[in-house]
Amino acid sequence: MIVEIGHFALVLALTVALIQSALPFWGARARDERLMDVGQPAAVAQLALVAGAFLALAHAYVVSDFSVENVYLNSHSAKPLLYRISGVWGNHEGSMLLWVLILALFGAAVAVFGTNLPRALKANVLAVQGAIAVAFLLFIVLTSNPFQRLAPAPAEGLGLNPILQDPALAFHPPFLYAGYVGFSIAFAFAVAALIEGRVDAAWARWVRPWTLAAWMMLTLGIAMGSWWAYYELGWGGWWFWDPVENASFMPWLAGTALLHSAVVMEKRDALKVWTVLLAILTFSLSLMGAFLVRSGVLSSVHAFAVDPARGVFILGILVVFIGGALALFAARMGELRQGGLFAPISREGSLVVNNLLLTTACATVLVGTLYPLGLEALTGDKISVGPPYFNMTFGPLMLPLLVALPFGPLLAWKRGDLAAAAQRLWLAAAVALVATVAVYAIAYRGPWLAPLGIALGVWVMAGSLVELASRIKLGQASLPDAWRRLKGMPRAGHGTTMAHFGVGMMVVGIVATSAYQSERILVMNPGDRAGIAGFTLTFKGAAPQRGPNYREEVGLFEVERGGRAVTSLVPSKRLYDAPRQTTTEAGIHASWRGDLYAVLGDEQVNAAGGYAVRLYFNPLVRMIWIGALVMFLGGLLSVTDRRLRIGAPRRTRVRPSPVPAE
Amino acid sequence: MTRKQRRAVLILACVGLLGLSSLLVLFALRDSIVFFHTPSDVAEKGIAAGQRFRLGGLVAEGSVRRGEGAAVEFGVTDSLKTIRVTYNGVLPDLFREGQGVVTEGRLDSAGKFLADTVLAKHDETYMPPEVAKALKERGVWQGSESKPNTN
Repeated sequence: MIVEIGHFALVLALTVALIQSALPFWGARARDERLMDVGQPAAVAQLALVAGAFLALAHAYVVSDFSVENVYLNSHSAKPLLYRISGVWGNHEGSMLLWVLILALFGAAVAVFGTNLPRALKANVLAVQGAIAVAFLLFIVLTSNPFQRLAPAPAEGLGLNPILQDPALAFHPPFLYAGYVGFSIAFAFAVAALIEGRVDAAWARWVRPWTLAAWMMLTLGIAMGSWWAYYELGWGGWWFWDPVENASFMPWLAGTALLHSAVVMEKRDALKVWTVLLAILTFSLSLMGAFLVRSGVLSSVHAFAVDPARGVFILGILVVFIGGALALFAARMGELRQGGLFAPISREGSLVVNNLLLTTACATVLVGTLYPLGLEALTGDKISVGPPYFNMTFGPLMLPLLVALPFGPLLAWKRGDLAAAAQRLWLAAAVALVATVAVYAIAYRGPWLAPLGIALGVWVMAGSLVELASRIKLGQASLPDAWRRLKGMPRAGHGTTMAHFGVGMMVVGIVATSAYQSERILVMNPGDRAGIAGFTLTFKGAAPQRGPNYREEVGLFEVERGGRAVTSLVPSKRLYDAPRQTTTEAGIHASWRGDLYAVLGDEQVNAAGGYAVRLYFNPLVRMIWIGALVMFLGGLLSVTDRRLRIGAPRRTRVRPSPVPAE
Repeated sequence: MTRKQRRAVLILACVGLLGLSSLLVLFALRDSIVFFHTPSDVAEKGIAAGQRFRLGGLVAEGSVRRGEGAAVEFGVTDSLKTIRVTYNGVLPDLFREGQGVVTEGRLDSAGKFLADTVLAKHDETYMPPEVAKALKERGVWQGSESKPNTN
């Protein structure tokens, strides 16, 4: 019964979304305030209905109602509760429902918190949001109904792909989707502004917090996915330039660019056309990501069900929304007045450089991701574009960006002084130089470019601190005075510093682990010893064990360093009961120097016996995810800034919300 | 600087960057793309030893042999032709005889494929699209059109 209510709520949500997309839009055209105000209750009602549908499906999963086909295919009664819940979005239908839920959540948030938006703009934004919701709800109802019943009901489910039964992956999709879908708000604002033909600095101020929120979620979501791939796939790597990873990375790059160009637009009323275009492109890339992932057109290490009908439907959504928005953009572009002149060397100029490099990098990733598709369509040749391509194109584009990054915040608006900025950065340059020498001294045998790469990361980290110090006039004013300035600084300023610092940490982690990773593949019998990166591992043997819904072969390694016992690693190989599938659980010892990482392979069925074992030492690899977390926290700090607070009433308004005209 | 000059600087920067990145892309695409072939393709097209490519097909039944240390040898087949593959390393979890597999590496002079990567696939019902398509074209494998969902 609950399942039918869920299905009904979903269909009802579709009709509400239709109303939400049509009436406020019409109202804004006809200047009818009553019609415009329909958007707000419609958005809230839509959230309630979609949430109801989602909870109904979640309930079916929690009680293991196998008469629902989706539950039967993707769940199992012996699964722990967490994975029964995460199983809701661990499959195509459920994840689309999650997508729509987050869409409704953002729509309702605009409706409720956007009290200071002009009425017509708000109506149009909600109408665009409604239209996106219509498209995806239609997609679910027509091609991917999660509430499909099975008769007769099977006694037991097939189970969730065991590789997805993992805490990081349980929360990875919600964060990723919050990022993807969050950019729909920026998109809706862009389209609404184009419909009105008016884009000003206030527009950027409204869009920024939403973009920032989406960007934060996406950052965390991608980092979680990368962390999961690191410890679960057992390859010792953290990023594979896989099409599915690229699909999430491209909106992130475009979104990062959008975040920065919106600053220029808000502060200086410049880069309007570009910012609006970027808002459209960012969400377009999110949609394209959904298409690439859901249609299965690309070969990927991530396995997804392939269903051509669904791919075509999403392609249709893609064409309508991107095509429509770009056509509108082309029609209205000329009406957007350019304002705010600036010299090439200025804060604006530096943000333009940031945007150029980020979007170009995004374009190279796009080319690498889509090239195999295009070539196969044209010539029939099947190719793959692997990490070397991305390292050769993406890397060189990031290089100037990272070199230039510390300069940006030190330049003044309109006309900056590069020499003065460079003078302030001498300390950061000195620290980076020391880092280069130190890394050469420690790791003289590694690739000769690597110390420079690490120095680049240190440069960015030190540069962000120098910027903070120069803002609070540390060294010029007295310490209490500097402290007062530090406390008085807007949170968004701290957020910028922190996010840039996180970028630097990440660069250090990436370079260190790519350049200095040690790897050993060998066969070990119980009692054998193996050395890696100064550690000595003794293989004690492997023994079978029984988990809640799997059997596993657990290996035991005693780890020593310099004759002292450090830890023991217990990598395992699991065989799940349903579906019968094996997964690798790496044994990882994390320390400040890096991760010692052990994978237990197959038992050798020959005379010598033993187990295949893979050992890695990944120096400073944690910096990658800690850096991403610091970036997230920087975003969080910015988004809570009073000046950007989403619901903050404008000072000019005396009474926030008078009784609506009835 | 006048508005016109500023715009010229910006446009020049854009064009320069675009040109540079196009060069990078073309250069990288020429050097680092990897073609995908089935064992029959390899026989027909006469691929030279030492050229890097991806070899895909099914792991031939009864072909997996363990060598010294972590070395392993197996046959990749599309049931018309079979190529022996050697690989030194830990095989992915889902590597099994009769299952689809994609390996990357190069042929040696004796026609043996030296793989440095054996691609892991998450799901036992999942067939890499290239393999599925190539096998279907050759009429070897029909496959199931509706597969269970795996996120």
